[in-house]
Amino acid sequence: MIFQPAIIALLLASAVSVAMLFVAAPFALQIIRHWDIRSGSERQLQLERRTYLFSTLAVFVMATQLLSLLLFVFNADKMSEMFVGAMCAVGALNVNAYGFPALIAQMTVFFLAAGWLAVNYVDTRAPDYPLVRIKYAALLVLLPAVAAVLWLQLEYFLNLRADVITSCCGSLFSEDTKSLTGDMAALSPIPAMIGFYVALGLAFATAAFHAQTRRGGYAVAATSIVAFVAALTGIIAFVSLYIYEHPHHHCPFCILKPEYDWQGYWLYVPLFAATACGIGAGAVQPFRRVESLREVIPQVSARLAAIAAAGFLIFAAVATVFVTRSNLILIE
Amino acid sequence: MKSWIEKQRHLIDFTLSSLLRRRGRNLGLLVVYSLLVFVLASAMLYSHALRREAAVILEGAPEVVLQRLVAGRHDLIPPGYIDKIGQMRGVQDIRGRLWGYYYDSVVKANYTFMVPADGSVAKGALVVGPALARQRGLEANTGVSFRAYSGELRSFIIADVLPQASEIASADLILINEDDFRAFFNYPAGHYTDVALTVANAKEVRNVANKLSKLLPDSRPILREEMQRTYASLFDWREGIMLALLSAAILAFAILAWEKASGLSADEKREIGILKAIGWETGDVIRMKLWEGGLISLTAFLLGFVAAYVHVFKFGAPLFAPVLKGWAVLYPRFDLVPVIDGLQVATLFFFTVFPYMAAVLVPIWRAAVTDPDAVMRS
Repeated sequence: MIFQPAIIALLLASAVSVAMLFVAAPFALQIIRHWDIRSGSERQLQLERRTYLFSTLAVFVMATQLLSLLLFVFNADKMSEMFVGAMCAVGALNVNAYGFPALIAQMTVFFLAAGWLAVNYVDTRAPDYPLVRIKYAALLVLLPAVAAVLWLQLEYFLNLRADVITSCCGSLFSEDTKSLTGDMAALSPIPAMIGFYVALGLAFATAAFHAQTRRGGYAVAATSIVAFVAALTGIIAFVSLYIYEHPHHHCPFCILKPEYDWQGYWLYVPLFAATACGIGAGAVQPFRRVESLREVIPQVSARLAAIAAAGFLIFAAVATVFVTRSNLILIE
Repeated sequence: MKSWIEKQRHLIDFTLSSLLRRRGRNLGLLVVYSLLVFVLASAMLYSHALRREAAVILEGAPEVVLQRLVAGRHDLIPPGYIDKIGQMRGVQDIRGRLWGYYYDSVVKANYTFMVPADGSVAKGALVVGPALARQRGLEANTGVSFRAYSGELRSFIIADVLPQASEIASADLILINEDDFRAFFNYPAGHYTDVALTVANAKEVRNVANKLSKLLPDSRPILREEMQRTYASLFDWREGIMLALLSAAILAFAILAWEKASGLSADEKREIGILKAIGWETGDVIRMKLWEGGLISLTAFLLGFVAAYVHVFKFGAPLFAPVLKGWAVLYPRFDLVPVIDGLQVATLFFFTVFPYMAAVLVPIWRAAVTDPDAVMRS
């Protein structure tokens, strides 16, 4: 199954990312040990020059990870026709034990990468690069994460056998299954809706508040993560039902299919963008007291929070439109 | 935000004018880059169109086809077999089918003889496929004769030629009356080639197949979705092999891009030196160079993709068709329906722009960190 164009592309992207971070790792150690912005020594000049290269490499890797997530989901959905019993991405990811771990790892790296990019951005805007050490230490932490993604993808794609009977989303997201996803599906629509809108409203309010007053930066990240979980729960518990116009079809992946006009992308793209920006706004908060960043950080985090607020608002609006436009009646 | 956009706009302006100043050099890279995109995109577009064509054709196929096996080989359906299946719940229609192959030594090709389900062909008449009609120069109301299995020559009148639009499925097809078919091939009475079952509910297909293999252990049910899946993986595999072979080209291209980007001319070096001397930062130079790479990539991607689109859907992909579609004496001529798939565009982007950008990062940095005085003094 390795000879699938999209699979080759994904593996290529992951392998190049790991290789780049691997090359950057010794340099990151050097930076952590020897970086001293006040020194004018030969070594410091060398280090400063090289940071340009490795920062660019790291930005490139992180941007690749953001795109990889999209390609991974897109590909899983397309592959589903190869497997007996698989009707959407869930079936394709369930073909072996590595599918969902690979997706979750890719999502985790996505959000970590978003946080790293935010820190990198504020760092390059200060004249004395105060966060260089922290940035490169974080890079060392990200290396195993990206390597784990590569390993999981390899295990997943190499162990695909096109004739395995997989469980379709019906059994994973139906009310009877005893699992986290089953519990999410079993939520009756009214509490799910209340949780959905309250969490999204809260995330929007804190983000908008931060964008205006520049206070409560950590709260933006926290509410963003909560809203992300609530949004996924809401999609499984009721939004998908309205899109399919079917009271028992809870799948969060089928909405990505052309049969449903790719409506899922309208939901997921703003949601992921908003959550990433919210996390980014939180990630830069620890450094707001650094002398050279006093001006920069509030500005940047306010902007990120504004994007996050807009993203959550768009997501909620799109979900509401899907629900009201649907012919399904869940609540009398 | 606005100032950021302004800044990028000025950078792009500057990059474009500097690209145009070294027209010849960049044009060479652009041509090679577009060619690479063109080759990869042609392979992808063509195999995707074939995959879709196969899917569209199979949509009209019966949900289940039942074949009888004798010692693992396909055998005729004996009389009474269809009655044995009888009334199975979920099955809308059961029909014995009659078809077979015939080798014609005149054109050295195999034909497919088939009895249409609706009995629309009269005795002594034939309806033939377009590729076959072309090869043997047949038209409606002309005569044709074939040597039957009994050894005698049998003549038929061509009642009609099947429309060109159906050629991909009917290139070598001959539709014939049931009595003629049995007489021509000495086909035993009451026997059929296989059985087609129509199942209305897609979710019942597997149950029906299970029941069939229990009821008739010497038979093999073939499901439509199995055929669809097989075709899909077949074309995917061919496409993947092509891409794996072409990956050598991608690698070569990445090396070329690296070389191009690192072999800065004295002119370019001086330009960077002057820019830094008048106050550009290293970061700005990197940004400018990245824009340069991005603009070349985007242009090459668009040019290559459009050229591939025209190559595949206007001219039928003469460069790749033999590898991707297979071959036969009576190969159908067909026009592919243009389809562009989002996943494919994304994949292609990863295959071309990603290696290029990865390859030029280091040379870009090398150029950007040069000291202005070192450059201007040399």
